Amino acid sequence: MNNNLYNYILGIADNSLILGQRMGELCGHGPTLETDIACTNISLDLFGQVRSYFQYAAKIAGDGRTEDDIAMLRKEREYKNVLLAEQPNTNFAYTIARQFLFDVYHLAFLSELQNSKDLTLSAIAKKCVKEVSYHERFSSDWVKRLGDGTEESHLKMQEAINDLWTYTDELFHQTESDKVMIKEGVAVDTAKLKENYYKQVSALLEEATLETPESKWFQKGGKKGVHTEHLGYLLADLQYMQRTYPNMEW
Amino acid sequence: MSNKKNWPLWEVFVRSKNGLEHRHCGSLHASDAEMALENARDVYTRRNEGVSIWVVESKHITASNPENNGELFEPAQDKVYRHPTFYDLPDEVKHM
Amino acid sequence: MSEDQIKNLRAEESLSLEAQFEARIARDEKIEPKDWMPEKYRQTHIRQMSQHAHSEIVGMLPEGNWITRAPSLRRKVALLAKVQDEAGHGLYLYSATETLGISRDEMYEQLHTGKAKYSSIFNYPTLTWADMGAIGWLVDGAAIINQVPLCNTSYGPYARAMIRVCKEESFHQRQGYEIMIKLANGTPEQKEMAQDALNRWWWPSLMMLGPTDDKSVHTAQSMKWKLKRKTNDELRQQFIDQTVPQADLIGLTIPDPDLKWNEERGSYDFGEIDWDEFWQVVKGHGPMNKARMNARVGAWERGEWVRDAAMAHAKKKNNRKQKQAV
Repeated sequence: MNNNLYNYILGIADNSLILGQRMGELCGHGPTLETDIACTNISLDLFGQVRSYFQYAAKIAGDGRTEDDIAMLRKEREYKNVLLAEQPNTNFAYTIARQFLFDVYHLAFLSELQNSKDLTLSAIAKKCVKEVSYHERFSSDWVKRLGDGTEESHLKMQEAINDLWTYTDELFHQTESDKVMIKEGVAVDTAKLKENYYKQVSALLEEATLETPESKWFQKGGKKGVHTEHLGYLLADLQYMQRTYPNMEW
Repeated sequence: MSNKKNWPLWEVFVRSKNGLEHRHCGSLHASDAEMALENARDVYTRRNEGVSIWVVESKHITASNPENNGELFEPAQDKVYRHPTFYDLPDEVKHM
Repeated sequence: MSEDQIKNLRAEESLSLEAQFEARIARDEKIEPKDWMPEKYRQTHIRQMSQHAHSEIVGMLPEGNWITRAPSLRRKVALLAKVQDEAGHGLYLYSATETLGISRDEMYEQLHTGKAKYSSIFNYPTLTWADMGAIGWLVDGAAIINQVPLCNTSYGPYARAMIRVCKEESFHQRQGYEIMIKLANGTPEQKEMAQDALNRWWWPSLMMLGPTDDKSVHTAQSMKWKLKRKTNDELRQQFIDQTVPQADLIGLTIPDPDLKWNEERGSYDFGEIDWDEFWQVVKGHGPMNKARMNARVGAWERGEWVRDAAMAHAKKKNNRKQKQAV
């Protein structure tokens, strides 16, 4: 099997998996029925993407593992999502900030992935890019509403952006597998997305009357499987059934 | 909780496919027009029901009052000459 | 004018507003929001429709409880979509109720203060994955029996909302039954999980169709207004008759030793329902009443600053637009 391609796909898919799981937690607990429905839609889009990626990964692995085995039966250190995706729903501002900081990256990433030499990845990207354009619009609109809303919402939104800022740089890190895949024309060279990302994020934050954090201290590790403490609990939920009742069909 | 802060009500109209008119399909709450459109998309077209959406804040709709239905609509009931069946044609003319 | 027309006109005019109204319903005409209606009609509809809406959104909680733990990705998206539909159905129903002159916020207020009721079944806990199957199969099954006749109810907005709800809900029961099939055909452990869920949800599902006819206060009036087409006992019998063969088919046992096919009636006889338990839960003392209300009230309170911010933002944007226009 092509280990680099397999790892590369997992790196992409784990972001959607973990973020989808976080969005799914909110179902029934949002500020209005309408936002509940919207957040669930985002979660559904992300899980749909996850399934496409993992079905492809399972085919590449070719060892009988299914999409569910890959999604639910790895150990904590084997999950390759960025730290940003696993941050909790501290309040609605954090949910929106996390989504926004990820969406801007995600959209740029998928736009490029459409050009991948790997035809399956390129096809998945073409489908997902439409979904994620919508996510990005949704989260941007909400950053503006909360940033330029009331005094209270402004403070909460700023706090969330400040706290999550430290996880943005990792979006552009590249693993060894990433690098090999870039050379082969399969992967997106994320380093090239970085400058534009920060420009776009800053412009939107400004429109939302928010400050772009100046801190240059960034956290990293997710892509190497070194996570924050939050991930373990998330996985305990995600994996509960598969771990408690191994080798069964559902 | 002051009443002013509640999100206003919007009416949603969806065109199910090109060639058909927009039809009223329900309502929802949103703080502004953009959100109303986004919510309408998420609430009323989850199953591929539409290709175009209109939203209008409910308070902007002026509706006729059913109490006036008599004067508004009944006068049209006996204007049968507005319908083709009012006119007699010889049987030989099959379509007109 | 023909003599008949004159006669009809006279007859119509001699009726009171209320009698005219009842005559319209009897003729199967729909009542629309701005039409004259007796105050009791309005209040009864507000009560039943908002209760229905509340049931949808409180009903999101027991199933929402398993979204993060669904055993496979396929099951997870199906469950998410189902719970999302419940939010949508709550929304349709709240909107329809709002046409009667009550705001959604007022209805929430009634729910949060315990003034409004919701379906008692959601005050039971979801303990295992099989509960997702049992809820879809039994609870949605019972709900459909209740809801299909409402597509023809007399109040236009309610009927239209119900048509939409019923159309969308058709996958819900299948989703649940499919989960049960899979478990019933699975390992002994899985089958046991399915049987246990059936044991716990069977009786509450029967109770869900309402008190027996002799104890039901609203039935006669509701029948007239087409809020009800069959009595609670008739609906319950229909539910049992349709569900028992489905249980047999997948090898699960209905937890009722008195359940027996009655050849003469062409229906199943069934055992005594524990109505004390029913009233205990209705009155707020079920296992999850407090938790469900805390979840709803909590979400609403935590969301207040978000809702306020969105309104404040909309106002600012509007002001800016107006300034630009000047």
